[in-house]
Amino acid sequence: MEMIWFGIVSVMAALWVVLDGFDLGAGALHLVVAREERERRSVLAAIGPFWDGNEVWLLALGGALFLAFPAVLATAFAGLYMAVFLITWCLVVRGLSLEVRSHVAGREWRAFFDVLFSASSMLLPLLFGVALGNVLRGFPIDAGGQFSLGLFGDFDARGASGVLDWYTVLVGAMALVSLAHHGALWLAHKAAEPVRARAARFAGRAWIAAALLWLACGIATQHLRPELMATAWSRPLSLTLGLVAIASFGASFLLARRGRAGLAFLTSAGFLVALLAATAAAAWPTMLHSTLSASWSLTAINSATPAEGLRTGLVWWSLAFPIALAWLFLLLRLHRGTIQPAADGEGY
Amino acid sequence: MRGTTMDPALDLHRLQFAFTATFHYIFPQLTMGLALLVFAMKTMALSTGAPRWNDAARFWIRVFGVNFAFGVATGIPLEFQFATNWARFTEGAGAVVGHTLGMEGMYAFFLESSFLALLVWGERRLSPRAHWGASLALFVGTWLSGWFIVATNAFMQHPTGHKVLPDGGVVLESFGAFLSNPWAIVQYSHTMTGSLVTASFVVAAVGAWWALRGEHEAVARTNLAVGTSFGLASAILVAFPTGDWQGKLVAEHQPAALAAMEGRFESGTHAELVLIGQPDIRTETIDNPIAVPGMLSFIAYGSFSKDVKGLADFPPAERPDQIELLYYAFHIMVGLGTLFIALMLVANIWRWRGRLHGSKPLLWALLLAAPFPYIANTAGWMTTELGRQPWAIHGILRTADASSEQVHGGSTMFTLLGFMGLYFVAGVLFLFLVGREIAHGPRPAVGASH
Repeated sequence: MEMIWFGIVSVMAALWVVLDGFDLGAGALHLVVAREERERRSVLAAIGPFWDGNEVWLLALGGALFLAFPAVLATAFAGLYMAVFLITWCLVVRGLSLEVRSHVAGREWRAFFDVLFSASSMLLPLLFGVALGNVLRGFPIDAGGQFSLGLFGDFDARGASGVLDWYTVLVGAMALVSLAHHGALWLAHKAAEPVRARAARFAGRAWIAAALLWLACGIATQHLRPELMATAWSRPLSLTLGLVAIASFGASFLLARRGRAGLAFLTSAGFLVALLAATAAAAWPTMLHSTLSASWSLTAINSATPAEGLRTGLVWWSLAFPIALAWLFLLLRLHRGTIQPAADGEGY
Repeated sequence: MRGTTMDPALDLHRLQFAFTATFHYIFPQLTMGLALLVFAMKTMALSTGAPRWNDAARFWIRVFGVNFAFGVATGIPLEFQFATNWARFTEGAGAVVGHTLGMEGMYAFFLESSFLALLVWGERRLSPRAHWGASLALFVGTWLSGWFIVATNAFMQHPTGHKVLPDGGVVLESFGAFLSNPWAIVQYSHTMTGSLVTASFVVAAVGAWWALRGEHEAVARTNLAVGTSFGLASAILVAFPTGDWQGKLVAEHQPAALAAMEGRFESGTHAELVLIGQPDIRTETIDNPIAVPGMLSFIAYGSFSKDVKGLADFPPAERPDQIELLYYAFHIMVGLGTLFIALMLVANIWRWRGRLHGSKPLLWALLLAAPFPYIANTAGWMTTELGRQPWAIHGILRTADASSEQVHGGSTMFTLLGFMGLYFVAGVLFLFLVGREIAHGPRPAVGASH
């Protein structure tokens, strides 16, 4: 039962990264690929109908953790207090900027919220990447199952002295570039010209940067957590998923070059899903790795809700999941093809 | 769960959650009620074909959209704060409340978020029936979301369907008993009718404003009709029977909270109901009291001769810690609720006689009444939450044992001040945007293809 919920949490995390990833990535590129008002509205029109639902995957992921692994959620969020609130404030600012931006016609009004929206859309993938870096590096979890990390310490990844260190910032940069690449492919597929062409060009360059950063992250993780990488190689599931990730990543480059932006986006999504799933498969059953002693780590076994509650949760979750996917497909179908920007004041 | 040492940052954790939750609830208390009113307007538009119904709905959908965006943005911090500031609550109760919080995301948030953009921007691209369907989806989504949150809170007020483990944590024993908590059902009916009061008063106030200025006559009349009819119904229902039910539950399960709400210090039969007065907790008396003899016994237990316990009967560790605020919050809620019924009764009598639209004093009263349901709803939640103290989960987990011990006061003060700054700016932004919509008035369906 713990393994099923570990899988559910992993699937929801992957879905969230793939879905919210494209609107975060597109937001990060907002000022780069769109200069005039109509172009800006092209970007917003391409993500407007989706962004809120995409972000709900993050909340639903939090809900799943709350139910299945409450100790993991409590330990991580309380231990990373300041970092969590940085993320929270960025989420507040980003959501409001996106929603209020087109309500008022003034040039300064829109310029202000465009900058806020884009800046918060850049900070969020960076911070989420930093959070992933923290999970991979581990936390100074003590015998009581707690830790408390400030935003930064001596920036040395060994010993985990702060949320930000060279390793976690590297993972953050990798996340930002990967999601910018992912978002660029979405815009190259959905947005109106000239944003579409600019986004396609940007995607090509971002792919190279992402590839280099992924390589750097792989080497750094090997250096920092050799035992995690060894497990990844030795488990058939994580190895297979890793190979799928590499193949998808390569395919997304080739497809994008041939102008098949939609397929390139799907392979980019496949890459992100496979890579996160490979990571989860390698980490199982550890959820929060302790840098002090492996026996103090929080795992899916030692911090799960008793099986009875997990079984009940599985019933309602199994009913809800297809419904949530159905809303998503309905939305994708209603907005199939290129999304033209709405007339001023009539949409995002 | 861990030890029971006093957390020095406890008050800051409480203040931050109270502040962010109070600010957040400005938005959903309107959107939940408004979702029903918009759905009613869209239904009338579909069945009568009269353009004023669509014009009114279009206006309120824009207001709904702004409120919803602010509700989403200020709701996320609440979800996160369970774990950041109340780690021991999350760890100890996640096996139970994780169900309702998780279901809210999966069943309600996906529904709302998928249809919101279609409702707000989709009148042109959707058929009238499909757009009506989007308003139905938002109505169902917001009311589902309300259910899951109220059910979560009801478990904290009056736990059912659970089992306490030796380490102090709680797990589910009966999912059915957890979801059909009688407290949840009563609290939900009271909360949702309260939300409907806010929405009705706001709709009526905007109608009154336009009527006073002689603007947008057809939609102003529609707003007045919808606002006052739903306003009367909800103002009555929020008091009788739902408020009455809620009071009887508090009397039965949280007698210390009842005593504090009523400003009752000594126990005894024929308990008097204090209408106005200032509680002095040092001398355990009410200053300048205006009271109705025997009434409290009757309201709480249905008989004048029933014994109503006073605070003196509860050891200090079992009493709510904010007695004065709890007392005033409850009295403000009840006092305003009584005035709401009176105002809406008069407004409806005038409307039935066809004289509301021309009655300046009544239109002014309806206009100026708009902020008060917000105050009453906020006071109601303060009554609920302060009355629950000193417990996070009543009888099981003390608030003092629920906070995140690893987070010190310096961090919490930092984030509390940050929220105050951020929400001040957000509040100004919100008032500006909604004020603009009201000043602009109903918009035509630009280039409507249907």
